[in-house]
Amino acid sequence: MAEVYLNGKFVGNVENKDEFIERIKSDRRSGVMSANVNFYYDAKLDQICVESLRGRTRRPLIIVKDGIPLLTEKHIKQLQKKEISWKDLADQGILEYLDAAEEENALVAFSESELTPDHSHLEISPLCMLGLVTTLVPFGQYIQSARLSIGSKNQKHAIGFYAANFPVRIDMDVNLLHYPQAPIVNSIMNDLCDYDKHPSGQNLVIAVMCYKGYNMEDAIILNKGSIERGLGRNSYFRPAIADELRYSGGLTDEICIPDKEVKGYKSEKDYRLLEDDGIVFPEAVVKEEDVVIGKTSPPRFLSSLEDYSLASNIRRESSVALRHGEKGVIDFVLITENEEGNKLVQVRIRDQRIPEIGDKFVSRHGQKGVIGLIVPQSDMPFTASGVVPDLIFTPHGIPSRMTVSHLLEILGAKTGALAGRYIDATTFGSEPEERIRKELLSMGFREDGTETMYNGITGEQFQVKIFIGSMYYQKIKHMVANKLQARARGPIQLLTRQPTEGRAKEGGLRLGEMEKDTLVAHGASLLLKERFDSDKTIVPVCEGCGLIAIYDAQKDKRYCPMCGDSDVNDIEISYAFKLILDEFKSLGIYPKLQLKSKY
Amino acid sequence: MHEALKPYVGKLPRSILEEIEEKCPASKIKKVAEKALEEYNTAMIAPGEAVGLISAESIGEPGTQMTLDTFHFAGVAEMNVTMGLPRIIEILDGRKTLATPMMEIFLKSPYNKGKDIRKCALLVKETTLGEIVTEFVIDIVDLKIEAKLDAEKMALLGLTPARLAKAVSKAKTLSKEASVKENKEGNLVLKLKGKEEKGLNDLYKLKETARDVYVCGIKGVTQVLPVKRKDEFIIITAGSNLKKVLDLDFVDPNRTMSNDIYEITENFGIEAARQAIIEEVFKVIEAQGLNVDIRHIMLVADTMCVSGAIKGITRYGVVSEKASVLARASFETPIKHVINAALAGEVDKLNSVVENVMLNQAVPVGTGLPGLVTKVKKGKLK
Repeated sequence: MAEVYLNGKFVGNVENKDEFIERIKSDRRSGVMSANVNFYYDAKLDQICVESLRGRTRRPLIIVKDGIPLLTEKHIKQLQKKEISWKDLADQGILEYLDAAEEENALVAFSESELTPDHSHLEISPLCMLGLVTTLVPFGQYIQSARLSIGSKNQKHAIGFYAANFPVRIDMDVNLLHYPQAPIVNSIMNDLCDYDKHPSGQNLVIAVMCYKGYNMEDAIILNKGSIERGLGRNSYFRPAIADELRYSGGLTDEICIPDKEVKGYKSEKDYRLLEDDGIVFPEAVVKEEDVVIGKTSPPRFLSSLEDYSLASNIRRESSVALRHGEKGVIDFVLITENEEGNKLVQVRIRDQRIPEIGDKFVSRHGQKGVIGLIVPQSDMPFTASGVVPDLIFTPHGIPSRMTVSHLLEILGAKTGALAGRYIDATTFGSEPEERIRKELLSMGFREDGTETMYNGITGEQFQVKIFIGSMYYQKIKHMVANKLQARARGPIQLLTRQPTEGRAKEGGLRLGEMEKDTLVAHGASLLLKERFDSDKTIVPVCEGCGLIAIYDAQKDKRYCPMCGDSDVNDIEISYAFKLILDEFKSLGIYPKLQLKSKY
Repeated sequence: MHEALKPYVGKLPRSILEEIEEKCPASKIKKVAEKALEEYNTAMIAPGEAVGLISAESIGEPGTQMTLDTFHFAGVAEMNVTMGLPRIIEILDGRKTLATPMMEIFLKSPYNKGKDIRKCALLVKETTLGEIVTEFVIDIVDLKIEAKLDAEKMALLGLTPARLAKAVSKAKTLSKEASVKENKEGNLVLKLKGKEEKGLNDLYKLKETARDVYVCGIKGVTQVLPVKRKDEFIIITAGSNLKKVLDLDFVDPNRTMSNDIYEITENFGIEAARQAIIEEVFKVIEAQGLNVDIRHIMLVADTMCVSGAIKGITRYGVVSEKASVLARASFETPIKHVINAALAGEVDKLNSVVENVMLNQAVPVGTGLPGLVTKVKKGKLK
């Protein structure tokens, strides 16, 4: 007597549980019952749980009967000829989908060779345990699992050929790699997802060695010659968008070259690139703060202006300009309507990005690095045959991270490049290392991939053999040009008069509480004061009531509005303190300042 | 003392003077002392040095590397002691109840060589009736319980059934409920008291309360563990009660320690507590393999103890003692401090660091400390 639960609710008992389970199983496989039903027998509680609701993660497995998988060579041939489809297999009861609970009752064989009569299912491929992108990592069986995940994640940030219709698209913040290449060392997924049609990296010649210490701590060194030949070069696209909003009272925005009367008019120079319709012309070279779309808006507070007919037609400047630190070329101008039928103007700005110090590159094995130095080709090390690496990778990145696959890829890609073929490095199904090494040896190279190399600066031969080969490298969208930030003077916050925060607002870098402590610890008291002077103010204070007094600039007089003629002296404090005094006052607390000469 | 050292009395600490006298040949004493004084003076902290902040940084920075929640097993046996960051927080917060109070009891001469070590340990441990009773026999007819005693344990503890009966009947939880007597077989008999009808339920309840009745030993000590340390035996306990332990005649009162700072304050005074704080904190830091100069910890311990009672480094302890309203408000619960200051009409003299940072004035530390000696004529600034 086993209890039966349907979707977690008790529905009744069954006398013969084995018969019952067998029945639903065969019904599901024969198509009498929906293939979406899963069930699970809990021997401890003697319950059968049947599940049919959505939200269960399920995966396909090949059904095994008496130790023989139901999927045969015949099926595979039919599949290859496209006579049958995946759905047919599922309908015929050759495959079935199990959810997490039903898997507990199943005995799944990892490969066909380990099948026994006890097995109920067979894994389609061991590759199934990996995701789509993770499968792209070559030699995945030779890598620490954590690095495999990182390698997979990095690929999602890689710059490549993201869409074939990119010239007519307006995308926010996208990059396009100029010379994408298909990887020499690839996996089955390359074919399955047509990776070669939208690749996102380049095959570089890489040497594993140090170079003057400029590649320590995961930095990488690039060959300047390679960069000039187009390595890692990409275009960065960002749109500027403006629409003509409608306001109450029939007023609208207007996309045009703003009139000089307009409130907040910038300067003629800023509008120089605009054509008569108020939009820049394509291929215009734009710099920071150049107006791309000229726009004016109606005044903000209508009611207050109605009385003064003179001022009522003064409009506001609301043009779209390039942000601070931005540059580029106008790539594409699009004029349409938005959902509400208002005029919508989108201007795409293109900027060529040539690899520079600080740009991030990764291999497919979770080995990321930023450029630490760009070396002229003449100073790069070279091999006896004159090969100069594109990239120098630090050997210290390997032992602790245990990314053996990284080394195997170098070896594989070298062989592939020399033999003129692709290397299959599908996880759990890669070409054996042995064969790759033998092939390399047969072509007259050392089988371990090392070569005699020479110092590019002195011409001397290196005492050790350097491991050099080819490898697929990807440029990551995190480029310094988008992150670089520095400020000496700049905007301040209205409330506290302290510098703004964040790159977009041209902000400063905060000298925080703990950083302040270090200055105090050094006893550098006056330096500390100077460092915090960014919001200092001079305020007149009444000696009588201890509150902030008034300075009349016209008469050059200081007086206290409460005490009349009392002594008023100027003090220097941070504006934030003046603010807190005001806040105290608003709380009904009387913050009285007692002045005393410092000296 | 050597003649040449006399002028240095008061300038150099006595321990250094003694060392010079002891180790130096008489002819060189003068030169050595001169050099020693020079070294000593350069090693002194300069006025205006931000000692507190440096201490805070020196303890705080390695503190970030400390593994949270490390439980360290002291010695071989399983005795759980809070170590690591939680222990440091516990000490510096000045908590009254510790997660794992502990004592290390040193023994006097014959006992520390292992004599009667088991007995000593048992005497220290808090013993309840349940532990020396092998079986509670319930008599439903007469509504009484016969507690059969473990003769071996009784002997070890030096108890007789008569004395036990006396001790048990004194217990507050029991005295109202039942009468306690010994019977001929040398067992205890507990009989329910009271006029109203009592049932089996009450009897069971009585059995459970009887189990927990305190018999002998030291209250609060839940576990004892005799351990051989170097060449003598000591007793490590879980639970602490210094006052009672020090009264025991086999205990060496000079070396016995507790990790409960408050108990140390009560029994030995604030100076001992200061030393205990230093040692306890330093023990944890050392155990973590960190390197912090002991003087930083000494400074923290000093601040905790200056007032004569232990004050934790919390908003209720040391911080609440700060003179400046602004400094207190900038730590925690600003509204409370500002409102109370407003009610009391407090004056902030702006004497320490935080307030001056808030006002953007030079902090009175290091270069900000010295002022002009010359008096500037008072007059209006123009």
